[in-house]
Amino acid sequence: MADTLPLDSAANARHGSSIGQPLTRRDGVLKVTGQARYAADNHPPGLLHAVLAVSRIARGRVAFLDLAAAKAHPGVVEVMTPANRPLLAQDPDEKQGPFSFRLDLLQNDHVRYAGQPIAVVIAETLEAATEGATLLAPRYEAESTRLGLDAGEAFVPPAIGAGSPPEVRHGDIEAGLAGAAHRIEATYETPAQYHNAMEPHAIVASWDGNRLLVDTPSQGLAWARARLAGLFGIAPEDVHVRSPFLGGGFGSKGLISGPQILGAVAARMVGRPVKLVLRREQMYGPVGHRAPTQQVLRLGAAPDGGLTALAHHVRTVTSSFDDFYEAACDVSHTLYASPAIVTTADAVRVDTGTPIFMRAPGEASGSIALESAIDEMALACGMDPLEFRLRNYAEVEPISGKPFSSKALRECYRQGAERFGWAGRPLAPRQMRDENGLLVGWGLGTATFPAIMFQGQARAVLRRDGSGLAELGAQDMGQGAWTALAQIAADSLGLPLARLEFRAGDSNLPDAGIAGGSGHTATAGTALHSAGADAIGKLAALAMADERSPLFGAGNAGVIAREGMLLRRDDESRGESFAAILGRAGLEEVEGRGHGAADAAAQEHYAMHAHGAVFAEVKVDPELGQIRATRLVGAFAAGRIINPRLVRSQYYGGMIWGVSFALHEKAVLDRRSGRVMNADLAEYHVPVNADVPSLEAILVEEIDPHVNPLGVKGVGEIGITGSAGAVANAVWHATGIRPRRFPIGPEALIGGAPG
Amino acid sequence: MSLSITLTINGTPRTVELDDPRVTLLDLLRERLDLTGTKKGCDRGQCGACTILLDGRRVNSCLALALSHDGAEILTIEGLADGEACHPIQAAFIAHDAFQCGFCTPGQIMSALGLIQEGSAGDDPERVREGMSGNLCRCGAYRGITEAVLEAQQRMSRDAREEVA
Amino acid sequence: MNRFDYIRPATVTEAIAAAAIPGSAYLAAGTNLIDLMKGGVLRPERLIDINHIPGLDRIEHLPDGGVRIGAQLRNADLAADPDFARRFPAIAEALLSGASAQLRNAATLGGNLLQRTRCAYFYDTASACNRRQPGSGCDARGGENRLHAILGWSDACIATHPSDLCVPLAAFGATLEIEGRDGRREVALEDLHRLPGEAPEQESVLAPGELIIALRLPAEAATFAPHARYIKLRERTSYAFAVVSAAAGLRLEGGVITEARLALGGVAAKPWRAEAAERALTGAPPDAASFGRAAEAALAEARPSGDNAYKIELARRILVRALTLAAAGTPERLPALPASPFAPLPGGRPHG
Ligand SMILES: Cc1cc2nc3c(=O)[nH]c(=O)nc-3n(C[C@H](O)[C@H](O)[C@H](O)COP(=O)(O)OP(=O)(O)OC[C@H]3O[C@@H](n4cnc5c(N)ncnc54)[C@H](O)[C@@H]3O)c2cc1C
Ligand code: SF4
Ligand code: FES
Ligand code: FES
Repeated sequence: MADTLPLDSAANARHGSSIGQPLTRRDGVLKVTGQARYAADNHPPGLLHAVLAVSRIARGRVAFLDLAAAKAHPGVVEVMTPANRPLLAQDPDEKQGPFSFRLDLLQNDHVRYAGQPIAVVIAETLEAATEGATLLAPRYEAESTRLGLDAGEAFVPPAIGAGSPPEVRHGDIEAGLAGAAHRIEATYETPAQYHNAMEPHAIVASWDGNRLLVDTPSQGLAWARARLAGLFGIAPEDVHVRSPFLGGGFGSKGLISGPQILGAVAARMVGRPVKLVLRREQMYGPVGHRAPTQQVLRLGAAPDGGLTALAHHVRTVTSSFDDFYEAACDVSHTLYASPAIVTTADAVRVDTGTPIFMRAPGEASGSIALESAIDEMALACGMDPLEFRLRNYAEVEPISGKPFSSKALRECYRQGAERFGWAGRPLAPRQMRDENGLLVGWGLGTATFPAIMFQGQARAVLRRDGSGLAELGAQDMGQGAWTALAQIAADSLGLPLARLEFRAGDSNLPDAGIAGGSGHTATAGTALHSAGADAIGKLAALAMADERSPLFGAGNAGVIAREGMLLRRDDESRGESFAAILGRAGLEEVEGRGHGAADAAAQEHYAMHAHGAVFAEVKVDPELGQIRATRLVGAFAAGRIINPRLVRSQYYGGMIWGVSFALHEKAVLDRRSGRVMNADLAEYHVPVNADVPSLEAILVEEIDPHVNPLGVKGVGEIGITGSAGAVANAVWHATGIRPRRFPIGPEALIGGAPG
Repeated sequence: MSLSITLTINGTPRTVELDDPRVTLLDLLRERLDLTGTKKGCDRGQCGACTILLDGRRVNSCLALALSHDGAEILTIEGLADGEACHPIQAAFIAHDAFQCGFCTPGQIMSALGLIQEGSAGDDPERVREGMSGNLCRCGAYRGITEAVLEAQQRMSRDAREEVA
Repeated sequence: MNRFDYIRPATVTEAIAAAAIPGSAYLAAGTNLIDLMKGGVLRPERLIDINHIPGLDRIEHLPDGGVRIGAQLRNADLAADPDFARRFPAIAEALLSGASAQLRNAATLGGNLLQRTRCAYFYDTASACNRRQPGSGCDARGGENRLHAILGWSDACIATHPSDLCVPLAAFGATLEIEGRDGRREVALEDLHRLPGEAPEQESVLAPGELIIALRLPAEAATFAPHARYIKLRERTSYAFAVVSAAAGLRLEGGVITEARLALGGVAAKPWRAEAAERALTGAPPDAASFGRAAEAALAEARPSGDNAYKIELARRILVRALTLAAAGTPERLPALPASPFAPLPGGRPHG
């Protein structure tokens, strides 16, 4: 099974609508039996193994590689360096559009960050290639490393994030601050973080003449195909990218990375299939990361707790050679009502790989700072953090003044608070202990993420045997596209899921847009929805024009499709099966095509965001400062829920990322060398099972008539936002110490009064 | 140099000729025996994705030198299901949505089997969480994993009792 | 990883003979050795696989009440031995707080004792490291060193020893049986690891090719069983090395401490037995004041080696905690989260 899932097992079959059903994953059996084939599981005949050699300096040039030693190692077939790398049709340093980044494809001997690929060793075995890479023992001419938020002169970039303005001013901020009864100003720091999907970036590439076949995890098949075609100077149709399963992506597999492409270059060079898999430590360089930030929040509030001013400044970093700016301040545009809001961003250039989108880009970093500041202000006003947030509830989007297409945040606060048991929480910190004497704290954070849509296409087919097919180049990185999109497709075709063949994960299928920005279900789902409608429309036209059909002349009344039948809308006892219609028409199938994209008119009129409220309990050892997030309750409203089982999992995952943001993960960079000193999974801490003993996600009903025809917002990223701040605020509530530097380590807490 | 070892893999005895002493059990399974269900997440004992049962015990196959395990019995994810029928742990993982991307899943499931056979966690969720903490899941499927292990554990002990009866 | 010759001796004698050739290394489970070889940190030319030597993995309860444990026993198996865990609960707890279940199933006792530091600069072959490459310098100085040593370090090296197991072993007076070409000898566990001084590359007192055969605990060590604990501060709830840790054992008679055993982990290049603190406790009541005095005594010589002054305070506090827990009594069953501050407490509230 490369790109298609078999018809469904009986257990999955449901009657009536598929959308909304908590179906188990259709790819579940493949995944629990080890049969799901991830990129690195492919093994075409004649395969060679390639291993990267990466730079250990952060700036300078490679002066020497011991090619002789590497080549002398038994099994080594070839060493690819800037000196012999096959020519490419494009300069990897040339930007090919707004979402294109400069790549390191051995174009020269310059080094611009630690971990940059400097050679590729190709060998008969993985062992030989790995040792060959070590034997290259590079020597460098190193220049001094520029690192840290003070590495150089800060500048204001032309745009931040995915293209938002670096400065937004609304109202008179200084007046708002000057006139405030309560003011706070606080600086928060967030570290560099690395996506660290469990599946390292991998590629298996083979060439057939000028045609390229690659198995590689991709959150954006069409972009990957276009990038490969451009670089190799071949037609996109001659590039075939298969990515049925991704072992996680989180943004780092959105754009095909340099190392993946180098695998294909290596295959070209040796004329044999090549597998290249990144070593874990090599994922701390050329495949993106979340940039560190320093954020200054200045808030003013009136005596009644109403915000009078909200200023959010972010200083971040980008690489010395490309541009990506963590838009951490943007979260302040939409969340809380304030007559004056100012967000500003600046950046410095450092000698690291280029940062990139990472799960809840901008929002995650911004949210932990904003939610902490809001908590600080609630305290300054002597108000309960929930009451304070309700006091500043944004009824319309604060800066634009647009109404929300839907916003059930109030209900999220209510249901979350009730479930968590928030009522009665003492205002003052350090008031609660558990039976073992551990400090207990409760914190709250508001979650938010924009409802984004990309462009996507889909194809749907109704067949004479009564079955259907839906296909598109959608990507499942764990969010459940194989299941949720099939549910949408089945409904759009009026078929039970068991009668639908569903294909995805292949670049030869219609471009379904990128799986990212929490916009994939909305985009690809809308495309499927309209493809299904198109197919049904064609089928209906056949029937209504045919005197022999009970639907003949249904014209104005219209028809509905259900369970493989077309029925008259005005009289559901009259209808016939898809098979009968096609059979009589002598057709094997009818085909529908669909397109999904944001509705510009609706966007013009409405602000579109998902929302949520996360309540966290932490326990802190009063003397040792070790922290555990013992309980999280999140209530989220994200429009229509296609599959509640999968959506809950997305929320849990996001909430755990929030815990990780607040308490665990951080890349430790040596400022002298520019190397990440914990480039592994032992010291780069992500939460383990024991770190998250209790999680609950409440799906708050929200009907959104505007966001798209399905009413779907995204659920993949919102869980981090709110959660990270809730945990940080809970730590404050437990200890009385306000964490402003993340993740929160024991040294931050033991300064406090012992016991 | 050719070094020959015998292993019993998923019930089948196999003689393996190794041309290289460096091969780990993980790379042997994945790159030489086409048993790619076992995953490599870190190759350094830090993530648990490569967990297999080695002589009945869960271990990280990435740090185990194949040569050193001559004569060993190995169970991988491919050997768990009984024909078409999922093992109770596999079924519970599906039912509790105990995975998302699925990459850590073979390791989680083999680790769960090891944990249940060790018999020290019982039905205490906290012991299950601790016992499963050697398997990272970046997607964050921990809640489902814990639930699935608890349910499978119950079912397996019930099945065992019924067998005895 | 470099290519190497693989040798599989059948006896201790064969093993020792094989290891006599320079460039040899013993392979136990390999969870540290293979890891370091994958990182290019170690490049031995010959691996002497000691896993197939019979008889090195037994637990023997000796007539004098002591216990002798083969060096090849797996960490998990020692912790799971009910007799052992009952008599030496702090050691079992330390074992179960280390690494992951998978690693403990593989890792041997000998390998655990001789595992190398986790200093990131030791692991990073592009960094200067006196321990890895004598005379090259120490990039941890002036680098990222918030987890480095606060006791016993030198200008040449500020690394810590990462083992949990070693901490209670040092506290309870374990000894090692070592065999080399010159025959058998015994070494106190406390003397196994060397402090860095001028020569951090000399990590232990073992001569090249010497093999740890067994580990012994004296009968007396079991007398602390009713009041013996291990506690470990980590940056996540499980599967993490200690920031600091402590093992404590008390003998209490008539409301007074008649003997105390204390050691710290994560603070020095060896498990740090705190004898001055032990002495300070003898004859004292098991209360906060005595524990505080003991902690002061234990850390009297501590100094930060970098951004880690906080660890001195943490080490004091974890000693007090370990003593408090030990005084409260060893729990019937090891907690679900061994050695964790989040483990429920049998004796009520020892926290502040
Ligand atoms: C991700 C990770 C997390 C970990 N976390 C912890 C933790 O929290 N706490 C902790 O204590 N440990 C931890 N460890 C370390 C682990 O405990 C050790 O790797 C393990 O104990 C080593 O045992 P081994 O049998 O694999 O030794 P090997 O790797 O085989 O050997 C280690 C060294 O000891 C030598 N050696 C082995 N046996 C003998 C002998 N009998 N005589 C002489 N020399 C010998 C070898 O030559 C080698 O130099 C962790 C390891 C990993 C990978
Ligand atoms: S502290 Fe020791 S181990 Fe670490 S770099 Fe310095 S010399 Fe090497
Ligand atoms: S691959 Fe073996 S533990 Fe990560
Ligand atoms: S399911 Fe993706 S890492 Fe666990």
